[in-house]
Amino acid sequence: MKLSREWLSEFVDIKASAREYAERMTMTGSKVEGTEELGAEITNVVAGRVTALERHENSDHLWVCLVDVGGETPVQIVTGAQNVSVGAMVPVALHKSTLPGGVKIEKGKLRGVRSEGMLCSLGELGLAAADYPYADPDGIFIMRETCRPGQDIREVLGLNDSVVDFEITNNRPDCLSVRGLARESAVAFRTSLRLPEPVVKGCGDGDVITNYLDVDIENPLLCPRYTARFVKNVRIAPSPEWMRRRLRACGVRPINNIVDITNYVMLEYGQPMHSFDYSCIHGSRIIVRNALPGERMATLDGSLRELSPEMLVIADETRAIGLAGVMGGENSEITESTKAVVFESANFNGTSIRKTALALGMRTDASSRFEKGLDPLGTLPAVQRACELVELLGAGEVVDGVIDVIASDSEPTRLPLEPDKINRLLGTSIPKDYMVGLLRELGFAFKGDMMTVPSWRGDVAHYSDVAEEVARFYGYDAIEATVFRGAAAEGGLTEKQRAERETSALCRAMGFSEILTYSFIGQADNDKVNMPAGHPLRRGAVIQNPLGEDSSVMRTTMLPSMMECLGRNYSYRNRDVKLFELSKVYLPEEGGLPLEKKVLALGMYGKDADFYALKGFVEAILSHLRIKDAVYEACKDEYAYHPGRCARLMRGGKALGLLGELHPAVCGNYGIASAVCAAELDFDALFEARGREAAYAPLPRFPAVLRDLAVVCDESVTVGSLAECIRAAARGSGILEDAAFFDVYRGLPVPPGRKSVAFSLRFRSDEKSLSDEDIKPVMAAILSELEASLGAVIR
Amino acid sequence: MRKTLEEIRARSLRAIGEAAEPSVLESLRVKYLGKKGELTAVLKQMGSLSPEERPLIGQLANDIRAAVEKALGDKLAALQDELLRARLESEAIDVTVPGRPFILGARHPLKIVWDEAVDIFVGMGFQVAEGPEIEYSDYNFTKLNTPEGHPARDRQDTFYFDELDSVCLRTQTSPVQVRVMEAKKPPIRVISPGRVYRKDEVDATHSPMFHQMEGLVVDRGITMGDLKGTLNTLVKRLYGPEALTRFRPHHFPFTEPSCEVDVQCFECRGQGCRVCKGEGWIELLGAGMVHPRVLAGCGIDPEVYSGFAFGVGLDRMTMRRYKISDLRLLFENDARFLAQFG
Repeated sequence: MKLSREWLSEFVDIKASAREYAERMTMTGSKVEGTEELGAEITNVVAGRVTALERHENSDHLWVCLVDVGGETPVQIVTGAQNVSVGAMVPVALHKSTLPGGVKIEKGKLRGVRSEGMLCSLGELGLAAADYPYADPDGIFIMRETCRPGQDIREVLGLNDSVVDFEITNNRPDCLSVRGLARESAVAFRTSLRLPEPVVKGCGDGDVITNYLDVDIENPLLCPRYTARFVKNVRIAPSPEWMRRRLRACGVRPINNIVDITNYVMLEYGQPMHSFDYSCIHGSRIIVRNALPGERMATLDGSLRELSPEMLVIADETRAIGLAGVMGGENSEITESTKAVVFESANFNGTSIRKTALALGMRTDASSRFEKGLDPLGTLPAVQRACELVELLGAGEVVDGVIDVIASDSEPTRLPLEPDKINRLLGTSIPKDYMVGLLRELGFAFKGDMMTVPSWRGDVAHYSDVAEEVARFYGYDAIEATVFRGAAAEGGLTEKQRAERETSALCRAMGFSEILTYSFIGQADNDKVNMPAGHPLRRGAVIQNPLGEDSSVMRTTMLPSMMECLGRNYSYRNRDVKLFELSKVYLPEEGGLPLEKKVLALGMYGKDADFYALKGFVEAILSHLRIKDAVYEACKDEYAYHPGRCARLMRGGKALGLLGELHPAVCGNYGIASAVCAAELDFDALFEARGREAAYAPLPRFPAVLRDLAVVCDESVTVGSLAECIRAAARGSGILEDAAFFDVYRGLPVPPGRKSVAFSLRFRSDEKSLSDEDIKPVMAAILSELEASLGAVIR
Repeated sequence: MRKTLEEIRARSLRAIGEAAEPSVLESLRVKYLGKKGELTAVLKQMGSLSPEERPLIGQLANDIRAAVEKALGDKLAALQDELLRARLESEAIDVTVPGRPFILGARHPLKIVWDEAVDIFVGMGFQVAEGPEIEYSDYNFTKLNTPEGHPARDRQDTFYFDELDSVCLRTQTSPVQVRVMEAKKPPIRVISPGRVYRKDEVDATHSPMFHQMEGLVVDRGITMGDLKGTLNTLVKRLYGPEALTRFRPHHFPFTEPSCEVDVQCFECRGQGCRVCKGEGWIELLGAGMVHPRVLAGCGIDPEVYSGFAFGVGLDRMTMRRYKISDLRLLFENDARFLAQFG
């Protein structure tokens, strides 16, 4: 909302500088976004009267003027304009003056003749033809304003105003008006407010509005109130300079007196208005109804609009003539030849107006006010003010009588003033009298301790709303900052939250950098990781109104996000990249919200990025969480992974995650030409599987005995099964402490199709130092079991 | 005989002095002191001496043996010292050669800010509450005093999962507060950091997914002064004890009174500059006293309890702190970008 300080001064006297005013208004709840000094770029430009005019001696189109600019002698100025005459009042840019757009004017010579400045056109002063409709848009601005030679042009043209730009919150549509902001300003500066009631004389000729018009409201829910007045013998003309100036300051383009009056009243009262050319209202009847199926209407901006039945229109007996609360119809527009006018000042349902404006993509000054919910009592003063202005401007004759259809009435809000409660909420001790004084100034009426909330304050419905009114003028800054006491609550992170932090720290310590990726992806991203059609993970939660196809599905796997990041880094030629993300996937559930599961994704390419490196990292994470009994099952059919280099991490029959080298085709889809390894670990499951905090176990008292063991077996026998077999065979002895894999060898003398696998076995007893004799039978048992169950023989 | 002994002493000590290798010392020891050494050979002739001379010569021989042994020992130690010194000298390395690489992963800058903000509140006795990102509109809006028809619920601003707009991507972390209030009774002190979503096209300052942290305190006798005290603490912990705040009236549907909290511009100390767009203040967070209707809707009696809530945008905070000019960098995850934050 743009507010002219000059306009404001009609209602309240405030001497504050722009900065002080902005500060005080901001701190009382009307946030100032900025202040624009109109005419700030114009300096040393004055009004001047042309006293003599003659042709330039060396030119057939230039004129040499003598101009009285209030000094002892007139200045001589050469101009190329053809509309200047002796006696004309013109804007004169003197020597060393500035104009909008950074233009600087200095004296000089034009074809040998001295020129001490420049006569200005509208455009050169930053004005438009609509601002001064009487001016010749192509020539010098011949002013009809009252002024004297030498007077600063900014004063003459009202360019000495400053315009304050407010950010008005949605709950305060009453502040989208000069009068509303005047009230706020008066309370903020504790000064008096003048809000005159409009006075309409009326033509008093016995003619009444009902001779011309009927109004029917078919949908009282969407239009609680419709107020109208009628003006005959309309004389369409430009509106006066002061009105145009104020409109312009508030960012509204002047058009003609009738249209300008409706805009002026909207800005002054915050109540949008519309004017219809009466001759275009068929059947002398205005009907407020829903649009018909398939109905169309051309709006004032010249667009043909397809309406739908939930939209409200203003219609006559045959057709729609306006889109209620949004924009008028082209078919009833005010034109040069308009002779009679109907002023509409109505109250519409905010949500309905908002939805209509949204559906048609045409948010207007009117709709943006209506959508916030306006004062139902605001229609009458606004239409009265419009009629008052008609009479003031001589724009027509106001026919007596008002049509005011109140289709659904609303009771004013009544609340008790509860000073103690308010002080308790704020932590203050503001006296009751102070509160009452403030609230009275804001328009609250008191009867004992009961308050009637002003009709324009639909946002006040509760004692906490009243507390805010009191607090913002008392000053939020005046409320003492305190430290709350109250019962001690247990603060701190949960065990799981700590585990997340520690796991992230561990990943970083292992060289993985943390990434953040979007939770939504596209089905095409699932394609890129080779997810088959019909795969259950394809059924992610679908956003009905996504920004685009590529962000329309909530991810069910972290892999596409991780691959995207790796691919991007690869394309940036970043070498040896390791990334992780601990974030969510979203798995739809029957009847209820999707399951949001935390997943730890690891991804890497470059130096040492192979399966076993990745597995080492995964093992470190498991070790950190004290998960000891997880196993890795080869996994040949995971769509995204290399069929021979992928494992499923299992514990107690439950999957904890997947890890492996990515399928080369998937890497290719992301433009990565080197091997990529990735893991997706179900963090929730990992956390559930975490081991208990360890109790201290005494350190061994007796030395260990080490034995290396190399066996030859078929290629198909896995290291895991050999290790398990060794452990199982020795279990009964109770002395095999560890069987650690350390090497695999293929080649002579091992025959083709077989391999040699070496383990380092560590034996220890709690009771004594072991001798060869103690170990021999265990080794024998191991060897015979290896041979019997896996065909592995000692090398 | 005495003369012979003295000669051995002189010769052996000279030879020891000249020895350059431990092995030479060993052979000298054998040569002079060994079973077949020169000193032993002389002593074997002791029998030919007179009884008076014998102890004197014996004493002399012992003295010589001791002297030679000492000389051998000293020389050996000296030689070993020298050898060690030479070895160490030869082992000198160029310490300016870089160490074997050990690459630490980087923290995401947003997570740094996130953890820091969480720690500040945990230190003040808050717990961290989490909740679903795919949320019932009821929790995201209705229970937060944002009824159907409210502009914030428009499809152009909020992502929905069904025709009835009953399930959405949460647009704020506030629904977590509703869930907390429904689940437990006061005293409540929670913060809820997390991902939130609004239907904004991606550009330098907008992203359809971003991060918020909201806080909630509900107890008997909680006041707006408490809100100010708590948020002042946050600002001072974040920006230093000198940081100044101002509390400015504002509007949010689920708090009343509501405010926005500005912190005085760090660049210009309130004078107005490019960073604060001339205002002297930078908007930091939104806050307010929990609307009594919201409390009542969660089953907390607003006649007994009051509370305050606040919300802060973590992405903006991150950008400001690290002078990141484009929000997209946070989601691009370029390793070179991430590495800057260690």
